[in-house]
Amino acid sequence: MNFPILSSLILLPIVGALFLFFTKDKEGNNLTAKYVALFTTVVNFLISIYLWISFDQSTSSFQFVEDRVWIEGFINYKVGIDGISILFIILTTFITPICIISVNNSVKNRLRDFLIAILIMESFMIGVFCALDLVVFYLFFEAGLIPMFLIIGIWGGERRVYSAFKFFLYTLLGSVLMLVAIISIYWITGTTDVVQLYEIGIDVKYQNLLWLAFFSSFAVKTPMWPVHTWLPDAHVEAPTAGSVLLAAILLKMAGYGFIRFSLGLFPIASEVFTPLIYTLSVIAIIFTSLIALMQEDMKKLIAYSSVAHMGFVTLGIFTLQQQGIEGSIIQMISHGLVSAALFLTVGVVYDRMHSRLISTYGGLVSVIPKYSILFMLFALASLGLPGTSGFIGEFLILMGAFKDNFLVAFIASIGVILGAAYMLWLYKRVIFGKLINKDLKTILDLNRSEYFILSCLAAPILFFGFYPDPLINTIEVSVTDLINMHNTNIASK
Amino acid sequence: MENLNLVLPEIFISLSIMFLLILGVFKKNSSKITFNLSLFTILITAIITINETFSVSRETLFNESVVIDIMSSLMKIITLIGGFLVLVISSSYLKTFKIYNIEYPVLILSSILGMMVMISSNDLIVFYMGLELQSLALYVLATYNRDQLKSSEAGLKYFVLSALSSGLLLYGCSLVYGFSGSTNFDVISNQLNSNEYVLTFGIVFILVGLAFKISAVPFHMWAPDVYEGSPTTVTLFFTIVPKIAALTVFIRFLYVPFLNLIDQWQMIIIFLSIASMVFGAVAAIGQTNIKRLIAYSSIGHIGYTLAGLATASNEGIQSSIIYISIYVVMNLALFSCLLMLRRKDQYYENIEDLSGLSKNHPLLSLCLLVILFSLAGIPPLAGFFAKFYVFKAVLEQSMFFLAIVGLLSTVVAAFYYLRIIKIIYFDKEKDKYDTDHSLWLKFSLTVSTILILLYFIFPSQLIEVVSRINII
Repeated sequence: MNFPILSSLILLPIVGALFLFFTKDKEGNNLTAKYVALFTTVVNFLISIYLWISFDQSTSSFQFVEDRVWIEGFINYKVGIDGISILFIILTTFITPICIISVNNSVKNRLRDFLIAILIMESFMIGVFCALDLVVFYLFFEAGLIPMFLIIGIWGGERRVYSAFKFFLYTLLGSVLMLVAIISIYWITGTTDVVQLYEIGIDVKYQNLLWLAFFSSFAVKTPMWPVHTWLPDAHVEAPTAGSVLLAAILLKMAGYGFIRFSLGLFPIASEVFTPLIYTLSVIAIIFTSLIALMQEDMKKLIAYSSVAHMGFVTLGIFTLQQQGIEGSIIQMISHGLVSAALFLTVGVVYDRMHSRLISTYGGLVSVIPKYSILFMLFALASLGLPGTSGFIGEFLILMGAFKDNFLVAFIASIGVILGAAYMLWLYKRVIFGKLINKDLKTILDLNRSEYFILSCLAAPILFFGFYPDPLINTIEVSVTDLINMHNTNIASK
Repeated sequence: MENLNLVLPEIFISLSIMFLLILGVFKKNSSKITFNLSLFTILITAIITINETFSVSRETLFNESVVIDIMSSLMKIITLIGGFLVLVISSSYLKTFKIYNIEYPVLILSSILGMMVMISSNDLIVFYMGLELQSLALYVLATYNRDQLKSSEAGLKYFVLSALSSGLLLYGCSLVYGFSGSTNFDVISNQLNSNEYVLTFGIVFILVGLAFKISAVPFHMWAPDVYEGSPTTVTLFFTIVPKIAALTVFIRFLYVPFLNLIDQWQMIIIFLSIASMVFGAVAAIGQTNIKRLIAYSSIGHIGYTLAGLATASNEGIQSSIIYISIYVVMNLALFSCLLMLRRKDQYYENIEDLSGLSKNHPLLSLCLLVILFSLAGIPPLAGFFAKFYVFKAVLEQSMFFLAIVGLLSTVVAAFYYLRIIKIIYFDKEKDKYDTDHSLWLKFSLTVSTILILLYFIFPSQLIEVVSRINII
């Protein structure tokens, strides 16, 4: 066996966290801790880039597979990646160092503990994306609740306790049914190994119930309407870095799960429940966009826009078309970058003014121009302007949807307009208009580190907007094979 | 001639108890030496148990009234380890309340002896003797802090209710004896094939008595009061050690004499299990005293162990045993934390007293965090695996309702564990607690926390040991 590169990706942040655990916690600005965490995550990012370079794009079989006996005769610790998961891993390793750089102002006390939580979170998230065994997947999927609960609860805003509890209990409630389904799959087929399950297939008569059990977990995590209500609370109360992790990566676990497990393991049931997903997605797109229009809190607005965007993602996945699924994956990556950037931009003014209300601001363009330009870029990327990564994803999803169901695609397209409406209106109210609030006159423009992280996010958004080939090439073969497998399964039944 | 080596642990521990009593009477101020000698006794007993009986696959003694098999050896060892650790971390608590006397270790030893007899019993009379020996010792232990009103109340309550349940149990035993004509489990198993009404009564009475001993709903009423009133170290003893013995007896009753009557008892066990899981989760939410909360949480955990027993399969029994072993470790860790909440010779046991603990005592809070998340069953901690094995066994028998209700009640239970974590981590801090804890207390906390935290790395070892238990 080669060097266990995926396990080292998972373990490295934990090693960093252990190292931090044994250093002394200093009050105030704990630079050493920050550098240690940053170093760990940057190394992790470089490893994942190496992974991408040495990744073979011409095959859809799993690569860098590690398979070890874990519980004798029952579960193997099995990890591996294909074209779909590698992008999420890179997204994770890319966003985490940005979170760590951004914690300058938002986290005042117990910085070391905060960094430990983020590092542990990172390794769980990477674990989710490369697990090839259902139990291992579940383990990572659930374990992520612990650090996130603490991040929201300890370092969050005023209603942090309520939000943390809501986040934890909602997600746990969704997941326990998935556990029942996983164990049932073990008893039905005799294995929990995803690759083997792809080959064996699961008996049709069980598929619907199992699909629903997985759905209950993923729907909460995505989040889909009507179980999305934990998200605005969690986003608003979490510290900036926490919101970024939540929006950029945690939400993607569910989308990834839909592709990997719901589509891959239960093809027939996926076909059966497509109308359900379509309905919920369309409601999510239209309904939450309308809610977003009415928000007065910037973070809440972005949170609702996340729900709407994830509605596009679920819609795209269940079109079961090449374009739809590819579009969903790209939309998830793009949303990961854009929502992270938007939360960071909100974080920038929040650190200065300690208000998230839109009405506090107005006329910022004349005092902080650099900030305004970057904010504009991210707002436009969020509404899917051509030339940004947001466009590619939405466009592909709608293309897939039009192929499959005209009405749904048509309604979803209205959602694009609504998306433009709330984003532009937000931008107008915050950046343009008269400078009424006197405190804003002395507000400082982006400092160096803020400028750096926002540019880091802006670069891939623009790059992939103009040149999405690297992304599409990576996922193409895997998605094609997934759809082929799906179609043969349907045809054979 | 019987092979007495197999009951050598019991013989040794009874001789030691007598010796310690004599020593205590004739030597003044001998509490310290009795304590140490009792610890020594438990250690030696454990070693003898491992040496003499662990390799025996199944032997019976004394007209088949005592059985030595893998399950009995394993459960005895868990009991002994539990007893040892309880005894070793009690001393500073007892000294604070000035009840550091010779009776305490002797009583603990006698109840352990009773449990060992229970665990090995293969006969109604032997079983009942063991049960009474352990119960009588436990009544006294509950009232051990006799200057406190609550402690006396707890003892009395426990005595009255427990006597009632013993009565029911005995009545059930006599009914079973009447129908089978024998007190021996194996003989009963062969005789009981009929579906007589009255026999069902016998089984129900026996199950009620046993359910009382492990505090399964609806026979749990005594647990919160007794747990709250008893001295904390005795509560710790209550929550772990008797449960191991009672669970073993439960397994033996269900799967040896009553195996053929599975239709009669399976529904009862499922009901007990669901009721305990749900009630334990819901009732714990409103508690303000940690010991009461632990009482309800232990009721819930017993529900999960019973879920494993309800499956009527070897996997189910094994998963229950794994569950109870992990539960013992978690409870030991939790109580070690509780015993650390001491400020100037006063122990604190309200949930509010934990407020903001993480600022003054980061390590202690971290341990509590791990323990509580593990109790809530969140992966990758040990508590998750315990639940996982149980539900794996339950789902093997396609008992979906039981599994789903159980898992949903873990979500409810998660709420009150989270509430404690919230108080520790999110709330305002209070005064510092003392940090000069005994070495043993720190040791037991550290080791058990590490076991909980790192169990996921080597989960196979425990399964390997337990998978040798094949009752059916």
